[in-house]
Parts: sequence; structure tokens; C-alpha cells
Amino acid sequence: MARFLSPETFRTATEDLSLLPFNFERTGANQYLVANMVGDFIRLTEDELSRLVDLRVRPGDGLYEKAYAAHLVSGANQKAQRQLLAARLRSRMSFLQQSTPLHIFVVTLRCEHSCPYCQVSRQSTDRSRFDMSEETAMRALDIAFASPTSRIKIEFQGGEPLLNFPLIRKIVAAAKQRSGKKLDFVIASNLALLDDAVLEFCKENNVLLSTSLDGPADLHNKNRPRPGANSHELAVAGIRRAREVLGPDWVGALMTTTEASLDRVDEIIDEYLQLGLDGIFLRPLSPFGFAIKTKQFAKYDAQKWLAFYERGLRRVLEINRQGTPFREFYATLLLTRMLSDRPIGYVDLRSPAGAGLGALVYNYDGSVFASDEGRMLAETGDDAFRLGHVERDSYNSLILSDKLIGAISSSLTQCAPECSTCVYESHCGADPVYHHATQGDALGIKPLSAFCARQKGIMGLLLDILENSPEDAAILRRWAAA
Amino acid sequence: MTLPLYGTASQSAGFSSDKARSVLRLRSVDSAAERHVADFALARTPADIRRAIEADWPSILVVSDGSTDLPGQFTGQLVAVSPKYDYLADGDVIGFDHVSRKFRTLYRRNSAHNSFLVTERCNNYCLMCSQPPKDVDDRWILSEIKESLPLVDPATRGLTFTGGETLSDWEDFIAVLKECRDWLPETAIQVLTNGRAFADSRIVDAWKEIGHPNLMAAIPVYSAVDHVHDHVVQAKGAFDETILGILKLKDRGQRVEIRVVLHALTAPIIEDTGRWLARNVPFVDHVALMGLENTGFAIANDAMLWMDPVDYGDGLARAVDYLSAAGINVSVYNLPKCVLPKSVWPHALQSISDWKNGFVEECDGCDEKNACSGFFTTGRPRFSRGIRAITS
Repeated sequence: MARFLSPETFRTATEDLSLLPFNFERTGANQYLVANMVGDFIRLTEDELSRLVDLRVRPGDGLYEKAYAAHLVSGANQKAQRQLLAARLRSRMSFLQQSTPLHIFVVTLRCEHSCPYCQVSRQSTDRSRFDMSEETAMRALDIAFASPTSRIKIEFQGGEPLLNFPLIRKIVAAAKQRSGKKLDFVIASNLALLDDAVLEFCKENNVLLSTSLDGPADLHNKNRPRPGANSHELAVAGIRRAREVLGPDWVGALMTTTEASLDRVDEIIDEYLQLGLDGIFLRPLSPFGFAIKTKQFAKYDAQKWLAFYERGLRRVLEINRQGTPFREFYATLLLTRMLSDRPIGYVDLRSPAGAGLGALVYNYDGSVFASDEGRMLAETGDDAFRLGHVERDSYNSLILSDKLIGAISSSLTQCAPECSTCVYESHCGADPVYHHATQGDALGIKPLSAFCARQKGIMGLLLDILENSPEDAAILRRWAAA
Repeated sequence: MTLPLYGTASQSAGFSSDKARSVLRLRSVDSAAERHVADFALARTPADIRRAIEADWPSILVVSDGSTDLPGQFTGQLVAVSPKYDYLADGDVIGFDHVSRKFRTLYRRNSAHNSFLVTERCNNYCLMCSQPPKDVDDRWILSEIKESLPLVDPATRGLTFTGGETLSDWEDFIAVLKECRDWLPETAIQVLTNGRAFADSRIVDAWKEIGHPNLMAAIPVYSAVDHVHDHVVQAKGAFDETILGILKLKDRGQRVEIRVVLHALTAPIIEDTGRWLARNVPFVDHVALMGLENTGFAIANDAMLWMDPVDYGDGLARAVDYLSAAGINVSVYNLPKCVLPKSVWPHALQSISDWKNGFVEECDGCDEKNACSGFFTTGRPRFSRGIRAITS
């Protein structure tokens, strides 16, 4: 019919097109991975990428359609795509509206465990030296309540925080007496000292328990020695008991990977599965516990860890395929960022960094740190992330301290070398403490960074599964779903 | 199968000439409800008429063949229509033109699918439009709707406004929606619009000001790519305005449904469109993926548009997967279950308006018939080669 116009009529002339920002990386002889401003990925051939960069595209040629739908190209006079990108970016970054939602109280440095990967515990019975005082705790609460966010999480750490349980009681009671903020409480404990009084307290005050479970008994007990060599037995009994009394959602477990773990990921996962836990967080080896040797060692380490991670992830997917819902939580975190625009302010994976802005750590002696790892560095004599002291500082003086502003502003992935042009930038984060610890510089040289190698490795793995294994991809997409 | 919603009265009397048309509401002769000046007793037999006169009804609508003789003492208003319209019932509202005696059924109280046509004017010219636009001055329709709203049962669950482009005269139409807020606050109000008007902040602000507790703008998006959408709606720049409009509505917390009509230009790319919607606008309140109603322009463009649904079922299923995974409420309209992959069934709704919904002979032996959309009986229905009775 003549009165209808042909498809050609509606195509924008090439000279009226303009590029939108994007990053890319070569992933094969003739293949590039391309990410738009908010981290949506597409693959382009080398020829397609060159044509796109030169704007040698025109509507109807197939490449235009691919690039337009991915927000790589737009009409110069169009507004919708730019507004869409702005809205999505605003959503992704809106975690910034909640400044310092996490406050870690190191109520004691004493511990009855003597884990070699821990740099912070003291097996001292000297309460006066290594326990937080009530006065220090109340000053720390003042600071926590001065943070602008409407909801704060108070996490008790150690040492073994249950060794100073009376102070936990006092802090929880005092926090609840203050008004104006919603409160969450977590005790990070090895559960060896869990008793009915603690459980009752947790139930009454909605306190979450977070514990360590490194795998099967021999591995766990090797990683986590204590008198009696029964750490595993006590942790498992504690998890069971806490699930019973508090409910399954009120106790979580975290594993730490050591060299002894590297060949045993299936057994580690099965341990979590048998306990009825709904997932596992396969965490990297920490550079703070293990001696930081050479930069090359760190890289080699990352490769070994990635192999461990991939074996673990594939085992977790297998468990899901067999009908049991079970998640790997680090993948879940990354997938949520890769497949949605929900704001994820996970402290170790955001830019601006989570140091200080995401969490503050109040040490037993009143020193305030920008992160838990910053506290560990201080134990080895490095005060780079010691922001101040509860007696002399306020929330503002800590957050606006030169140390914190320096570390955060110099590590922004949005403008750092290697990061700003990285195809994975939208889903990654700045880790100034890690890079300071491993390279003596908050920004760091990313090709030498095991953090960077791990991030790229996992995201590459997840993309590969999403693109090439439909059944597993469906499982991964479920993890990312709201 | 299709209900006749408009026609010409066989007889009328008692209408003044200083007003061109009236809106009438039908009432049972024995209705005890408070009488409105627009109420007409609904009579089907001479006995009904007698009782209506005895009950002092000043206005009577008669459904009957042959001419209606009224007693000489009756001096009120009379409309007589043929038994073709015997579906008319208590609470229904019709619009009546005094001179031509033409009438249209505007609202049926017992139907779940009431819609008001707002205008026939449109700034799009969609290739498959079921209601081809006309460039005429039809602003009288909005006055008729305003007159109708107080007559609509406030317990009505849903009401749709359609066009044309409903926002063609946006100020007047928004005034109508404010009447809906006042008269029908319990009713879910759905407005079909191409959404382009919302690119204008004044209009989207006015929309927000309405403050109806359950108002939804239903807006079509046919592709993730500008020129593909613009070609389907035959308007350059439409995609940009429509997407901008959706963003502005959601930015102001307004409810939005996205509609994708499936045909040979949109169905082969539905997986891409679904993925794009899931990724870019997961905050919309509903996405409806809809089979084509083969009427209006769709018939003229049949060669360009017809695609058998069984040939796009797999892409449709993947689109539904993407949308569901993003947490979006997604429905499939106007497609019978037998042509859809089973994974889509939970999303497939009985969506076709009751007055134009039908089944074919094959459906008699189907286990799913009661939970199936069936077919449009309007226009020139085209049937998929996949139609078959589903039996366990």
C-alpha cells in the first residue's frame, strides 16, 4: 500500500550517528568483548569493532542494530538512550547514598584458636590489655550513630568476640536505646564458646551469627588449630544448634582458602551441603594472613586459586542440575552486577572503595581503621589505614581524613590506568588496602595484581557459562534474580 | 460470535433537538436503585413496558422486533432496538445520537473488558493498527465519556481507554481521568497510549497530578532498535519519544505496562526485544506480549505482517524467560495455548475481550479450552497450522 512508508524511510543517516562510551578487550584471534557504560556485554569481530569505532555503520547493516541495542551508538539528536544509561548508572551507584552502613567492633583480640592465617589474634588471658573497654565501645557507638545512613549493621569481631560477651550485651543494649537508626547485629564467632545464654541473647535481639567453616574435619582442624583439636566438631555443632534455635537464616558460614584447600573443593562444598546451608562463599587466599612474598608469587597464586574456584563453581552447578538449589555467593554477587542494575555496595567490590565509606573498624584499643584488612596491616606495623582514634576523632574527621580521601580518590576504577578502560570495570571494585598491602600503593599496577587476575578470571568464566552452557546459564540467572 | 456494539435504533421519541446526543443507562424495570436522569427502563416484552409505565419510568428502552406501541399517556423518552442487542442488561450504558438514531454500547456492567474509545486521531500510523486512525474532529467523544463516567458502576474492576492516541487532546483527556479518580477510585484504569506525549515533562507532570490510585499507562515498544520500531509505527523519532516517556513516567512513580504486538516484523526479534526490556526497563510494572488481531490495517498489510505463531514460539519462550528472570510480571495475550511452548502457558491469559472471543471446532475436544484465550472473531481471523486439541 502506497500510504505506508518503507523501512528505509526511518533510518538515521550515518552522519547523524554518534558513539556512546564503551570499553573492550580482545578475547580471541578475531573476537572482542565489548561493554557499554553500564556493563552490558556483547561480542564483536575485529572488523565490526573497527567499523563501529570509525562510525562506518548504517541502519540496516546488522552491526548498527547490534550496537544500537547495546547502547554503543545513538542518533546525535536522540535522548532516550542517554537518559536510559544515566538512569541505570544512577541505580547502580545508588549504594553511595548509604555512607558507612557497616561498623565493626573488635571487642577483644583474645582467641582460643591459633589459626596460622590469622594475623590479629592474641592467645593472651590478659583482659586489660586486649579487651575493648566499655568507654571505648560507647565512643565508637557515637561515631557509628553519626554516620549519615539510616540503617547500620554492627558486627562483633575478634579475636573471638564471645570471649568478651558481656561487652557485646552492653553495646547491643546501648545501641537499641539510641533512636534514629535501624539496626542489624552480627557476631563473627568460631562458635566454640556458643552456649544457651548466647543463643537466647541472639534470639531476643535478632543477632545473626557468622562463623568459619573451612571444609572437612581434617582440613578445618589443620587450618584452625585450638587446644583439643576439635574446632570442626564445635563449629558444626554450633551451626546445627544455632539453626535449630534461631532458624536457618540466622547463621552463616564462611570458608578461608589455604594451600591445603586447593585440591579439595568438592569436599569443602559437600561439607556445606551436608549441613543444610544454602550456599558457599569460595573466598580467595588472603594476602594478609599468608606472607606476601613476591608479586610473581601473587600472580601464580591467582591462577591456582582460579582453577580451584572454577572446579568449585562447576561442582555447585552440578548440585543445582541434580535438583538441589545451592549458590556460590561470590558468583551471585558478580552476576547480580552483570545482569541487573541493583545497587551492590559490597565493601570489597565497589568504586569508590568501601574503605571507610562502606565500613569502619573500631579496634579493641580505640584505634579506628578503614577496613578489617587495614587493622591487620597495622598489626604488622603499617598504619596506612589507621584513620584515627575514638577519643580524638568524630565520624566526620575520620571520613574526611587525608588518609582515607587519598586512598579512595587514588584508587577509583573509573579513572585508574588499566581499570578505566577495562571491559569489566562496571562490575569490579577498587581495593586500595589490598593493593597497598601487595604493592605498596593504593592504586597498584593492575597487570601485577592477583585481585585483578581473579576478577577478570571469574567474570570471564561466568560469561563463558552464560553464553555457552544454556542449562547452567539458567541457574546463574536465577542467582542474579531479585 | 462477535457482539454487535453499535447500530441504529428502530424507533425513538421524546428527545429534544437542542442536544445532539445523550448517554443512557439501562435499568431493570423493577430496579430499586436511585434513578438518575439518564436512566432508561429496559423492557423486552409488552408486559415489561406496562410495568415500566406503572412504575413511572420517564424513559424506556425496548429490545424487540417490530414496532413498539406505547399507550398515549406516555410522554417520556423512548428508544427501541432490535433483538440483536438483547445482551443489553441492567447497568449498561449506551451513547445515542438523536437525529440519526445511531447508538453505541459504551459500557456493559457484566463484562470484564470495558473500554472507551477516546479519539480516532493518532500521531502514529501502525502497520497493524486494529483501529485505523482518522484525522477528524471527534472531541465530542470526550464529552460523551465525561457524561458516562457517573453512570458506570463504581464496583467495576477495570476500565480501558483506547484510541487513536488517547493523549491527542491531553488536557481534556487528563480531565477525564480526574473524573475517573473521583467517580471510580476502586477501578483499575488502563490507558492505551503510544507514550510519545510523555516525553513532554508538562504532560507527564499532569499525569502524575491525577492521583488515581490504580492508573496504568500501557505503551507499545516493538524493538530495541529505533528504526525498526519507527517503521512499525510509521513515525520517525517515535522510539526515542516513547522510551523517554516511559522513563519519565517511572521517574515519577507512575505505573507502566509495555505491550509488544507480535507479527512478522516484531516476532522474529522478540527474544532480543525481551532481553533488552529485561535489562533496560526492569522497573516497568507489566509486559504483555500479544498475538496480532487480524483486522484494520493488519488485513491490508497481511503479506508483510502474517507470521504463524508456531514459528516464533521458541523466541517468545526465551523472551518470557529473560523477562521473568528480571523479576518482571509478564503475560502473553491473544494466543491459544496449543500454539505456545508449554513453558509459556503459565503466562498465557484469557485476554481477548469477551465480545470478540471465539473458538474453532478443533477446540471442542481440548482439555485446556477453559483456560485458553481462544481467537479473535473480528476482522479476518488467520489460524495457525499449530491449532490442535490438547489432550492428556
